[in-house]
Amino acid sequence: MTPAAPLLRWLLLRLGGVVFVLWAVSTVTFFAIRLIPGDPAEAIVGGPGSEASADALADARAEYGLDQPLLLQYLRFLGRLASLDLGRSYALHQSVASVIADTLPPTLGLAVVALSVAVVIALAVAAWSVRGGRAASAVASFLEVVAAAVPHFWLAILGIVLFSTALGWLPPVSVPGPSGLILPALTLAVPLAGFLGQVMREALLDAMSSPFALSARARGENENGVFWRHALRHSAIPAIGLAGWAFGSLLSGAVVVETIFARPGLGRSLLQAVQGRDVPLVVGVVIVVALGYMLVTTATDLAERLIDPRLAARAVSR
Amino acid sequence: MSPRVAGSPVVSPQMVRPLVEVGALTVRFARQETPAVAGISFDIEPGECVGLVGESGSGKSVTARALLGLASGACVDADMLRFGDTDLRGLSRSRWRALRGSAGGIGYIPQAALVGLDPLRPVGREIADTLRLHTRASAAERAARVIELLTAVGMPEPELRAGQRPYELSGGLRQRALIASAIALGPRLLIADEPTTALDSTVQAGILDLLHHLQSEGTAILLISHDLAVVSRLASRVAVMQAGSLVEFGPTRRVLDAPQHPYTRRLVAAVPTSQPRGRRLSPSALPVALPVALPVYTPPVAEPTAPPREIVLEARGLSRRFGERQAVDSVSFTLGRGETLGIVGESGSGKTTLARLVLALEHPDAGEVRLFGEEWSTSPEGQRRSRRPLIGAIYQDALSSFDPRLTAGQILGDALRVGAGVGEAAAVETATRTPASRAAGGDNPWRTDLAGLLDAVHLPQATATRRPRFLSGGQQQRVAIARAIAARPAIIVCDEPVSSLDVSVQAQILDLLDDLQSTLGLSYLFITHDLGVVRHASDDVLVMKDGRVLESGPTETVFSAPTADYTRALLAAAPEVSS
Amino acid sequence: MIISPSLTEPPAAQRGRQRSSQRRHRRGHRLARGVSVAEVLAGAVILLLVVAAVAPGLIAPGDPLGINPLQSFQPPSANHLFGTDESGRDIFTRVIHGARASVTIGLTATAIGIGLGLVFGLLAGLGPRWLDFSTTRLLEVLFAFPGLLLALLFIVIYGPGVVTSTIAVGLSTAPGYARLIRSQVRQVRAAPYIEAATVLGHGPASRLVRHLLPNVAGALFVIATLGIGQSIVWAASLSYLGLGAVPPAPEWGAMLSAGRTYISSFWWMTFFPGLFIVLSAAATTLLGRALQQRKRSS
Repeated sequence: MTPAAPLLRWLLLRLGGVVFVLWAVSTVTFFAIRLIPGDPAEAIVGGPGSEASADALADARAEYGLDQPLLLQYLRFLGRLASLDLGRSYALHQSVASVIADTLPPTLGLAVVALSVAVVIALAVAAWSVRGGRAASAVASFLEVVAAAVPHFWLAILGIVLFSTALGWLPPVSVPGPSGLILPALTLAVPLAGFLGQVMREALLDAMSSPFALSARARGENENGVFWRHALRHSAIPAIGLAGWAFGSLLSGAVVVETIFARPGLGRSLLQAVQGRDVPLVVGVVIVVALGYMLVTTATDLAERLIDPRLAARAVSR
Repeated sequence: MSPRVAGSPVVSPQMVRPLVEVGALTVRFARQETPAVAGISFDIEPGECVGLVGESGSGKSVTARALLGLASGACVDADMLRFGDTDLRGLSRSRWRALRGSAGGIGYIPQAALVGLDPLRPVGREIADTLRLHTRASAAERAARVIELLTAVGMPEPELRAGQRPYELSGGLRQRALIASAIALGPRLLIADEPTTALDSTVQAGILDLLHHLQSEGTAILLISHDLAVVSRLASRVAVMQAGSLVEFGPTRRVLDAPQHPYTRRLVAAVPTSQPRGRRLSPSALPVALPVALPVYTPPVAEPTAPPREIVLEARGLSRRFGERQAVDSVSFTLGRGETLGIVGESGSGKTTLARLVLALEHPDAGEVRLFGEEWSTSPEGQRRSRRPLIGAIYQDALSSFDPRLTAGQILGDALRVGAGVGEAAAVETATRTPASRAAGGDNPWRTDLAGLLDAVHLPQATATRRPRFLSGGQQQRVAIARAIAARPAIIVCDEPVSSLDVSVQAQILDLLDDLQSTLGLSYLFITHDLGVVRHASDDVLVMKDGRVLESGPTETVFSAPTADYTRALLAAAPEVSS
Repeated sequence: MIISPSLTEPPAAQRGRQRSSQRRHRRGHRLARGVSVAEVLAGAVILLLVVAAVAPGLIAPGDPLGINPLQSFQPPSANHLFGTDESGRDIFTRVIHGARASVTIGLTATAIGIGLGLVFGLLAGLGPRWLDFSTTRLLEVLFAFPGLLLALLFIVIYGPGVVTSTIAVGLSTAPGYARLIRSQVRQVRAAPYIEAATVLGHGPASRLVRHLLPNVAGALFVIATLGIGQSIVWAASLSYLGLGAVPPAPEWGAMLSAGRTYISSFWWMTFFPGLFIVLSAAATTLLGRALQQRKRSS
């Protein structure tokens, strides 16, 4: 049996799953949007209550294909989707794809920085508490619970009040460059670190007190060696398992954080689209996010298999 | 880099003195009133194997850890704690580390062979760690040495195995890898904590041979085990521990043949192998007889003029396949009333699948099970359900067979309701199938109340209000037995019922099963890997391997004159307390 | 296929599942010590919240909506413990009275999430294979709306407001609960004690009522407690974004939203409502974890 064959099979299955979910997500979104009361044409012309003329509304309908039967609209929507055309934003009057292309990179950058910071914080606290005995463990556990309970927006406000207003160290709104990234990234990172820390610390504690750690000590390994060579790897598994959840949490956090810091990004665009009922933009962002989610979970599955080949072995034998 | 190990072979042997001397060792854990180890003293000569025997909680593993400086969180105190020339008392952390696993130091094989290796790392890496920590060997040298070591501990295909992770290795191979990591640099003392527990007996024999070989090359061994038979194979002297104290220490022969301390005597007597069928294993200090209210039912098979054997359970050509594996392959047997049929085999022999087929939890691919001559495995579940109380089960892991939310009393109550259903609805059937009630009329040996049930399994009444997880292993198994008999079965399938119990508890449970069999006329299907237990407990025996029955017949015949090679190999491998 | 947890499958709940499946009982210091300091604090906060939600007048007798323009923007003092807002309303009174709205929203959202999760989780866990398969696929699709996405989509359709934002949070948490419940049901179904009940002759209905449901429910209670805090946080976030409760109402998220304009000068307008969100979320999480540990060791 070549080791590549099951992996390839698995990847193909995953790919099929991704296509299915993307189709389902866009279909659900497409029809859900039709449940919106009121005339979408009004949103195009300038939002509800704009008292647009009947002609303007009719033009808008024709331009966006809203005057055609629903099924035809759906098929055209799928057809456009297959050719990677996400349509035009009602409010911004430019293509959804270009809006996403503009706003995705800053959000990605923010998320990656925040995730890295969160992992470092979580790991540092976990490592300290694992080595520091019971009191350190209790303190770390308490800090983690509190960190996980802090809403992003409140943390952002505290950060602004403290570091911008009082101390004047950092800009209150996001400016280009690293100094504008610090507060938003920290805001996103702290609650995430709380969750990550809880999971990692538990796994670290389990690994440090496991029989194989005892074997390692019995062959002369010191505590640092047990931590780095053995325990760390074990704590990575549950942390990686949280990746899909973390993706959602970062995205939700980005909506809040980008709004507060007036930072351009996918989250803020999404919120504006939701508030302005900019249907094509909402649909486009939803699809892009779903795709991102699927990519993240696929990547984490792959990573889990690499770290713990038992998972792959189990899946094959099943 | 590596500090000079105190007591390395350079030291002049002016006089032969023990390699290890332990004097009045006491280990105390915080917030525990009684010490885990209370002032024990023993010694180990260079190249000698000393056995440390005791039941769970007796303090043997704690003693081992104290010798390694790994009794974390405990307060270790001793008048004398010496290894070679090193006083182990108050040794600094780095000196302890230099001693553990190093050349001339102390190697350690921890308990739980199956989980003693990091599941996420290749085993070769684990072995190489010992070399990395104590020598300056390069990575290539370490890799080469790992292969040598794996070869030395009898690992087949060492190059392949070195790159594999523990889950890819069998239990025996994992234990060999652990041993390789412990002896990589030639320690003068090897501490082996339960090195054969949870391994099949043929695999056990291989591991014991390996340890014996290491000893013959000059390594002293402290062999820790709950199993007297294992220890008697290797150790020249045995130390017996009970509740933290050393109750007896002397030459193995003397301790086994003429135990001085009452506890040792009980321990030796409890080993089932040496006791024939029907002999009691537990001392008479324990309640022997059932409550007087229970009339003693003598099984018909015991009568000289026995009535014709009544078949209660019959398997005809049972087969079951899981994917590629033929778990059970055309197995047939009959079980008579009041009899015990032993089914013995190693892990993967199909004995547990056979039990599940008999219990109709699994459907056979071919063949059928008949109960009292009627359809059983072929009936639809709906029709089978009303007859399910006829056939009960007890398991190795009694605890997991109890709903964690319920108390022992609630668990037994549920089962009693089933039994009451049997009592009323199937009164006619019961009358015909239970000779006792047939003979004695109204005098019913079945206990229909909780109190009587607890009495019957010798549990205090207070047990009813407790949840099983707070009971000891033996008490849990008693609750399981009580639950099984509450439903008034004719047959009980016992799947490794005593395998995870200490030997003295095991003896009590085996005696209890014996008593219940004679009182209630039960038939047992007794599944075990332990030849000693099966020999003690069963009338007839089936030897299984790879799903097939290799040999069957009356237990004594099979054991004294085995015809299948495999049976002979099993018997040869089984550690036995020879006397 | 392994999918990662959703918005409010709290990691702590996941961990509980993993650990109970390993049947590891780390008994000891908690039992010996009894109740920890953090748990006592959490208990006190929860007591305060319950009293504030049921009878806010006992703690803060004033009118949460009563304006007093002369007293606007007062910093915290003996008279106004948490200061006053732009219309001179007492923030302490508003925060205490806001407990009812926030706690109700948190509880309702969790109840909706668990209710839906229970339906799907039981269908998948107890139903035949095809039902499990299709329910699992459906959940996979729902998981692809991670975090607040499902909630935002729901709000696009039904418009902002307290009711929609509550339902929206409940909806977006449902897939996570459904998967937890499914795995819990599957785990209990495969437990040896269920098999032992079969062997005794108990039928499917009696196994379901006597063993399966109670054991699943026990775990569910813990999961729910852990989820309430996160529901409160997310509902407040929606209010803050202007998609939930609307400002004059004494709801913590809405108060924060209103105070946003004055962040730089009047920090207390945003600090105290936020503090209460943190306190309530942390307290319910601690309570949930305490329950989890008690359950594991009792």
